[in-house]
Amino acid sequence: MWSYEKRLQYPVNIKEPNAKLAQVILTQYGGPDGELGASMRYISQRYSMPYNEVAAILTDIGTEELAHLEMVSTIVHQLTRNLSMEEIAESGFANYYVDHTVGIWPMAAGGIPFNSCEFQSKGDAITDLHEDMAADATLLKMQHMFKASYATSHIRTSNVLQ
Amino acid sequence: MNNRMKSEREQLFHDIGVISFVVTEMNEYLDTHPTDKEAMEYLNHYVRMQNQAMREYAMKYGPLRISDADGCNQNEWKWATQPWPWEGGC
Repeated sequence: MWSYEKRLQYPVNIKEPNAKLAQVILTQYGGPDGELGASMRYISQRYSMPYNEVAAILTDIGTEELAHLEMVSTIVHQLTRNLSMEEIAESGFANYYVDHTVGIWPMAAGGIPFNSCEFQSKGDAITDLHEDMAADATLLKMQHMFKASYATSHIRTSNVLQ
Repeated sequence: MNNRMKSEREQLFHDIGVISFVVTEMNEYLDTHPTDKEAMEYLNHYVRMQNQAMREYAMKYGPLRISDADGCNQNEWKWATQPWPWEGGC
């Protein structure tokens, strides 16, 4: 059972669209280390977890990842608002646009659709917890990669995220 | 964040975000430290603040969760008519 709170975990108010950046951010939604995989990983691993405390943290982190998923898709949505056809063509966004227009669809930056092979649920506590730690470690790497993409997107930080 | 003065609504919404962040983090801490009494008291304090702020927001502007919908103006189902979170602002 889940219930919804009608607010983002942290507010997102993007002023200027940037379709180039949106295509990079989208991978954090439905890519190999994205929030969709993260939430499904923790939520799926709960059933074979032998300790109540661990099932508790998997439940609550899995839930929090859904809140992250919503923030990431909001960023992509706001980065692709009010784009002109010229901006779509010039930013390389046309390939996504032809299939989804500006709808949000989970895929990796390279165009690979989300699939559950992005995570494991092995039915073994030690195996699953190691997978969780490995997944968590990708976050640090992702943050560096996003910062690099950000710096080259010709937009000042203050204009994009407030 | 710009320097413009926050409206009363924006301030309350901001406070809900801050309080809820504490609740989430304490919830996750307690999952693996379930006998930490001090942490439980800390969580309880923030849960009460969260409920109070959520009730106040629902009463004045519309509900952020269905469990507060009974505290709202009954002429309109604001859950559906008010802006959704991804549109920015409140």
